[in-house]
Amino acid sequence: MLSYNSIKELVDAANEQKCRISDICIRDQAKKMGISEEDAYKSMEKCFDIMCESAEWGEQEGRRSTSGLTGDEGFKMTNYAKNGGGLMGKTMSRAVSRALAVSNCNAAMGKIVATPTAGSCGILPGCLITAYEDRKLDKKDVVMSIFTAAAFGMIVAEKASIAGAQGGCQAECGSASGMAAAALVELMGGTPEMCADALAISIVNQEGLVCDPVAGLVEIPCIKRNASGVVIAFSSADMALAGIEAKIPADECIDAMREVGDAMSRDLKETATGGLAATPTGKRYREQVFGTK
Amino acid sequence: MIGPSSSHTAGACRIGAIVNKIVDNDVLTEVRIQLSGSFARTYRGHGTDRALLAGIMGFKSYSEEIRNAMDIAAERGLKYEFIAEDIPGAHPNTARIYYTCKSGKTGFVEGASIGGGNIRVSNIDGMEVNFSGENNTLFVLHKDTPGVIANVTNLMYWRYGELNISGFHLSRKERGGDALMTLELDELPPEQLITDLKKMDNIDNALLIHAI
Repeated sequence: MLSYNSIKELVDAANEQKCRISDICIRDQAKKMGISEEDAYKSMEKCFDIMCESAEWGEQEGRRSTSGLTGDEGFKMTNYAKNGGGLMGKTMSRAVSRALAVSNCNAAMGKIVATPTAGSCGILPGCLITAYEDRKLDKKDVVMSIFTAAAFGMIVAEKASIAGAQGGCQAECGSASGMAAAALVELMGGTPEMCADALAISIVNQEGLVCDPVAGLVEIPCIKRNASGVVIAFSSADMALAGIEAKIPADECIDAMREVGDAMSRDLKETATGGLAATPTGKRYREQVFGTK
Repeated sequence: MIGPSSSHTAGACRIGAIVNKIVDNDVLTEVRIQLSGSFARTYRGHGTDRALLAGIMGFKSYSEEIRNAMDIAAERGLKYEFIAEDIPGAHPNTARIYYTCKSGKTGFVEGASIGGGNIRVSNIDGMEVNFSGENNTLFVLHKDTPGVIANVTNLMYWRYGELNISGFHLSRKERGGDALMTLELDELPPEQLITDLKKMDNIDNALLIHAI
């Protein structure tokens, strides 16, 4: 069975058995949970279906957060993406609009899949649903790729953290982008090493990102960080597929992220006392929602 | 799960669920919840308060009832209070839930939400524990005296041979005083095991928390 304490372990196992990382993970997870591989697949398929539902929900007009501070980001971006695609082109702008839509759903206390967390729940769906639709992929492969994403996420959680309160936003959106980038690489037929490189590049590109939610709400800047997380995931996946190596191995990048998270001030780790939360406007929003301080 | 934060909503709900399982069939009348660290500063925005209450009342992290947990608590006559006060040295997302039941039973559970909805329970009624709730977890409250652990594990092995222990933790308040055994199990033991354990010498109580 796998120990999930290093990316290298997974890459080596996949190379040894000449299969995808997801094939190894589904087998391992089924065994650990005492269920069949078929049932493990079915429960992951259900997760993917929920991701699609949250994206569709968030793309509709009038989706406001429970606080009222944010809303309609998914709707506006979806419209924009459908009318020509903007500067990023149709694929990327749709991926971004889906990330925003799922984050809108989350801020409205709707049902989402934590990938790996709720604050970063738009990134994996934004990437996967868009690749699924755009490339006309087989749904089975997309669902399988989530096993790769999940395994990498478990390793990050084990070696560093996926909680903003412990590691800052790099631990949430950084991990989510890394997971999504690895899944994208696998879907495009990349090697296990390329999956690891894509994760490493994504994590490094968000290293040091702090968690400073205005009024302590998962809205400002979280919703838009899901959008940038999608862009980083796609660019990291493409770099890895182009044969650009990470230079620093994925496991060491995760260690570095942990170290940076430990060094971060508590004010910048989901306590809503520093960064954007402490700006005059940030404080005003807090008053507007809660009426105090 | 229901948003907006896996640490602050799903994890909080699961910490609450531990209280729900411990109370079992008794009826909760009052809970006082101390919030520490990031929980203390962001609980209202994250819906941590609603999620904790929902978990305490038996709802799951994916239950839509989380949104209306306050109303449901009022309907059920469950009084609640949230206190933002740091617990020194605790994990940044820690909650301590003090509860009172209709029967007069009181107690508390302390747990941390460690990311992605995962939790670690660290204290029950003043006794240190360390479990995630991801496995079936068996608690045995007993006298601190030689042979109790052997009796428990022997019973489990000889009568229910297929039960594999994946984690074990013991804590006690003082020598010869109350002690708490925490056993994490791969399989779900039959209810009869709990009945059998409760009848054994030096054992005051036994409780099974199904994997959450």
